[in-house]
Amino acid sequence: MSYKTVDRGQEYVRIEGVTKRFGEFVAVDSVSLSIFKGEIFCLLGGSGCGKTTLLRMLAGFESPTAGRILIDDQDMAGIPPYERPVNMMFQSYALFPHMTVAKNVAFGLEQEGLGKTEIERRVGEMLEIVKLGEFARRKPHQLSGGQRQRVALARALIKKPKLLLLDEPLGALDKKLREHTQFELINLQEQLGVTFVVVTHDQEEAMTLASRIGVMSKGQIVQVGTPTDIYEFPSSRFVADFIGSVNMFEGQLTEDEPGHVRIRCPELDATVYVSHGISAAPEAKVAVAIRPEKIELTRSEPAGSENRARGTVKEIAYMGDMSVYLVRLDSGRLVRGTIPNTERHADERIVWDEVVYLSWHPSSPVVLTV
Amino acid sequence: MNKALETLQAWFGKRLVIGVPYFWLLLFFAIPFLIVLKISFSWMQPIQPGYAPLFSWVEETQRFVATLNVSNYEVLLDDPLYLGTFLYSVKVAAISTVLCLLVGYPMAYAIARCPPTTRNLFLMLIILPFWTSFLLRVYAWIGLLKTNGVINNSLLALGIIDQPLPLLYTDFAVYIGIVYSYLPFMILPLYSNLEKHDLTLLEAAADLGASPIKTFFRITLPLSMPGIVAGCLLVFIPAVGEYVIPSLLGRTDQLMIGTVLSAQFFSARNWPVASAVAIALLIMLLIPIMLFQRYQRRELEAARR
Repeated sequence: MSYKTVDRGQEYVRIEGVTKRFGEFVAVDSVSLSIFKGEIFCLLGGSGCGKTTLLRMLAGFESPTAGRILIDDQDMAGIPPYERPVNMMFQSYALFPHMTVAKNVAFGLEQEGLGKTEIERRVGEMLEIVKLGEFARRKPHQLSGGQRQRVALARALIKKPKLLLLDEPLGALDKKLREHTQFELINLQEQLGVTFVVVTHDQEEAMTLASRIGVMSKGQIVQVGTPTDIYEFPSSRFVADFIGSVNMFEGQLTEDEPGHVRIRCPELDATVYVSHGISAAPEAKVAVAIRPEKIELTRSEPAGSENRARGTVKEIAYMGDMSVYLVRLDSGRLVRGTIPNTERHADERIVWDEVVYLSWHPSSPVVLTV
Repeated sequence: MNKALETLQAWFGKRLVIGVPYFWLLLFFAIPFLIVLKISFSWMQPIQPGYAPLFSWVEETQRFVATLNVSNYEVLLDDPLYLGTFLYSVKVAAISTVLCLLVGYPMAYAIARCPPTTRNLFLMLIILPFWTSFLLRVYAWIGLLKTNGVINNSLLALGIIDQPLPLLYTDFAVYIGIVYSYLPFMILPLYSNLEKHDLTLLEAAADLGASPIKTFFRITLPLSMPGIVAGCLLVFIPAVGEYVIPSLLGRTDQLMIGTVLSAQFFSARNWPVASAVAIALLIMLLIPIMLFQRYQRRELEAARR
């Protein structure tokens, strides 16, 4: 997870109430958003949430039905893609199949009318940066998926854009390569100081890459924040559920003090005590969200009468670094908890059909009103 | 045992599938070609079958004698009529091919970029004229182009011209006839190529700063090269030997090679010279075909590498 700080003083892209309709279908629904200079901003959402349409509007391939897009204080309305200070890396990479790697990378510079030697020099430099120097004379179909991805990146970066748009940049790579490439992307971005806008449906990708994430759903931005914000402080049931896995319990507010709240959840045996205040109407219907890794599973009964539950182990999934337990509470509700596998020999591990106690720290639950 | 039988069956089946069309080609292409080749080396004679046999039994020497006559080919080289018509035919075919490309490319492009449902309709319309007889359609152009034809009468009525334009029996009429008749052969291969293009490549080019015109010349045109080559050959090759269109619409003072060929066969009844013309035409057409195949092979090798 990244904890990069962003200089919020320098707004580079401003999206003002942008809506895009395709006939009756509203792909993007009055989105307003600021993207800061030098950050990696991820648009995260499921398929059809409008994230790609928003990206395509930034690139100029679609024009907004309503609203404005400003890049570096310049209104982008009516400016065609080939005149925008923006470059894009396509999901399919869209490499020109009839050109060599070097020709692909040079294409953008040729359009600027630069001299031949200047182009050759910069192409050479860029190919070194993406470690493709020896592949300059190959055609795209002679490269592996990872190499193609780097050609696409080099081609988009060579024009030194102020803003680089990346559509699912790692989607076509296998898992190992993806992890490796993620860090390469971050290094490149820091090295070149380009602002990245990344579209992805992969939350892990968003978490590792982004300095900030905008979660999208049904054409709207539902939450914007750092990866930590999004994960630890989701603002709605949707975001809590969409990012990572979560145990969500519906309940009712019984005690609402500035420093703490108590919530009664019928599915849990005990009340939930949360050690911070929330803003909600008295006796409001709320949801309590607790991440699995914040739930402790024990054989012995925990102290105290709150923030606890009892159940029977129904499933255990061994993931290597940790094990995921599915525990059926007395109310019938299944709860997910994890135990890190810190020891190799685990004779003491909790096994199937054991009766266990679940407990959590009062600061762990997130209370969601929407 | 069973396995061996299956292998045998597979072997036989494969040969049968390949064998039938090859047998057909042997029977109706290779053998007639060899006959024509044979006739091209023989003498003309006034009695049936119209040409002298190549091999004859000579009683005195008790031997078979083969008499190869190359004078038919010498005639082709010596008589400026043949060389002239050859060159003229190539010129007419080349210009018609270029015209077909200029007319057909935008059409193929437009169809390929249509929504799929309208695409099929347009393709139908391209193929539709084939449902009428080719000869009839060429005759129809006479009615349009002649001195008091539809075009001249309309232009006269509109006051654009005072004198009827000499349209019929000109090179122009031949170009119109060939372009009109062969346009589908240009459009269809171009369409099938253009339709497969990945449109995100155009977006990528635009994103990298190329205007639509530049994008066309740097991306679309090079990628449609196989379609252009295929379309041009499909127009050029039959156009060189075209016989009906120039004899109905073309000049009377300048013949095309197809017309000369038919005149030699049917009017002059000089089968040997006509055969020599046919063989020479074939050799001439082999050159572009071989160039095309080399181009295709190179493409294939590039794709495999």
